[in-house]
Amino acid sequence: MTDHQWDIGRVQAIIENLKDKPGALLPILHGIQDDLGYVPPDSVPMIARALNLTRADVHGVITFYHYFRETPPGKHTVYLCRAEACQAMGSENLEEHVKKTLGIDYHENTSDGRFSLEPIYCLGNCACSPSIMIDKEVFGRVTSKRFDEIIESTKVNS
Amino acid sequence: MIKVYVPRDSSALGLGAGQVANAICQEASRRNLSIELVRNGSRGLYWLEPLVEVETPRGRVAYGPVSTADVASLFDADFLNDQPHALALGLTEEIPYLKNQDRLTFARVGITDPVLLADYLNYDGYRGLKNALTLEPSQIVDQVTDSGLRGRGGAAFPTGIKWRTVLNAPSAQKYIVCNADEGDSGTFSDRMIMEGDPFVLIEGMTIAGIAVGATQGYIYLRCEYPHAQIALEAAIMEAYKGNFLGENIQGSGKTFHLEVRMGAGAYVCGEETSLLESLEGKRGLVRYKPPLPAIKGLFGQPTIINNVISLASVPIILDKGGEFYRDFGMGRSRGTLPLQLAGNLKYCGLVEKAFGCTLREILYEYGGGSISGRPIKAVQVGGPLGAYLPESQFDTPLDYEAFAANWTVLGHGGIVAFDDTVDMSKMARYGMEFCAIESCGKCTPCRIGSTRGVEVIDKIRAGEQSMANVTLLRDLSETMLAGSLCALGGMTPYPVLSALNHFPEDFGLPKTDVKV
Repeated sequence: MTDHQWDIGRVQAIIENLKDKPGALLPILHGIQDDLGYVPPDSVPMIARALNLTRADVHGVITFYHYFRETPPGKHTVYLCRAEACQAMGSENLEEHVKKTLGIDYHENTSDGRFSLEPIYCLGNCACSPSIMIDKEVFGRVTSKRFDEIIESTKVNS
Repeated sequence: MIKVYVPRDSSALGLGAGQVANAICQEASRRNLSIELVRNGSRGLYWLEPLVEVETPRGRVAYGPVSTADVASLFDADFLNDQPHALALGLTEEIPYLKNQDRLTFARVGITDPVLLADYLNYDGYRGLKNALTLEPSQIVDQVTDSGLRGRGGAAFPTGIKWRTVLNAPSAQKYIVCNADEGDSGTFSDRMIMEGDPFVLIEGMTIAGIAVGATQGYIYLRCEYPHAQIALEAAIMEAYKGNFLGENIQGSGKTFHLEVRMGAGAYVCGEETSLLESLEGKRGLVRYKPPLPAIKGLFGQPTIINNVISLASVPIILDKGGEFYRDFGMGRSRGTLPLQLAGNLKYCGLVEKAFGCTLREILYEYGGGSISGRPIKAVQVGGPLGAYLPESQFDTPLDYEAFAANWTVLGHGGIVAFDDTVDMSKMARYGMEFCAIESCGKCTPCRIGSTRGVEVIDKIRAGEQSMANVTLLRDLSETMLAGSLCALGGMTPYPVLSALNHFPEDFGLPKTDVKV
């Protein structure tokens, strides 16, 4: 995926809007990722300049945090919980099913660009394990069958 | 107009509460019935979610678990007028699971509309702040000290002592930081408070600010909690409108500003110094201590950094007095702990209890045993860095010191049960793997030790020179325990070694050959 399809003006506006907050870097990175779905590597020099940081500083922060990504995600991101409570309720079988159904591993996008798959370590939904989140919606007690239904309805609604 | 309650809590939403709420509205309008729908927090009885409640002359009655398919039949049965239905559970407050709790911090959760200030005020909200505004800063800190409250994030450090340190640290700018990076698996009490009663956290932070002279607060919230963000931001806006935040709060001349900041999926940022680095816009590398955050914290200034539950327990302490709170609990563990029952249990949910009941009571009298019907083999208490307890330790009372005496960890009160199908060597491996994924990389025992730990456990599981590798694993764990900079590397050996000590057969080892 080339990196020039995003709107420089919009990213500049996000940076301008947030750069004077104390500790502005995470809010800026969230702002950009909320808007574009990722933080384009080409935006790093813009951020660095605005905050008087080095590009290495900004790159270091982006890569430290699991949530920030430097490549465009699929249209929807499926987060699958790998933590203990979900394991206690069979999340490993679900994990296998999800990977097989989507045909991808963690940190990959489906070839039609519809879905990305990311591991996540606890959604705070441990009373209703196993759990997944799609974009910002949490789903509990997810069986393989229920996963298929959720994915179908996500496709229909998008 | 009849009030109907359908939770907005994210776990309830994850089981279809949003669709149920829509279906109830549509069905009511189809039948020309006027109802007032309130989106409350969850009562924490998750096996009953979506739990629908109706306000009746005899009190709130509950129905659950309700699916969209049940909605028409509920109306047919006239549930709005307290008529019988297969899903009827009677008065909500009389459900034994809920009735037999000590809900202090969670007093309002599930009862009020979480983002409605008027509701918060109707249910004793901001009484703690009102009292605090009549006290000297030092007297506020005394109340917190007298309550015996200890950090609910897991470290159990006395909250009053932390506050006293910040109060006595001279500075023009101090900060209150709420650690809402609830990353421990099996824990969700912070999330429930933030989604179900965000004002109580806001009030607690405001009291903290007034107590130590801090005018700015930040809630560092994990990005895995989008619904908590929505509720917190809505409540903060309401609090500003009602002059409970901002300048000259309630005419007192005191100022306190509050903002939510989002984390970005790093477990280590739940460690307080890593969190402060992250708030400052940096990689979440753990800092050396000293200096303590209370002396040099956020942006180098004196900072109170407390967990959500610690701060959310402050309003009731200031409302009813430190002694009231201290009268709950046992030993040096005073007050209540919101326990979170998770994993393979029949009745998962939130149980706020005074310290002192045993793990066994919680697992069987509240949790109802395993949902799979198989024996419970191991229970991890206190998150991914907590030890696994075998059945022989289930009679341990829930008390910080009693747990520590067993080489176990009460932590943030998360309880994750596993039945006898679990392979504990796999869980030990996962403990090391998780540490390797989440290590900030600053100290060697954690950064390298965790990766070597995975490799050594793999060898043991494969039966390669098992005994020699067990010795190596114990040696490595010693290094991590003693040499890590923070609890991530320093406590990963808890789940690993407890699994090895209590369940050697899962590692392909004879039971007698392993010393406990």
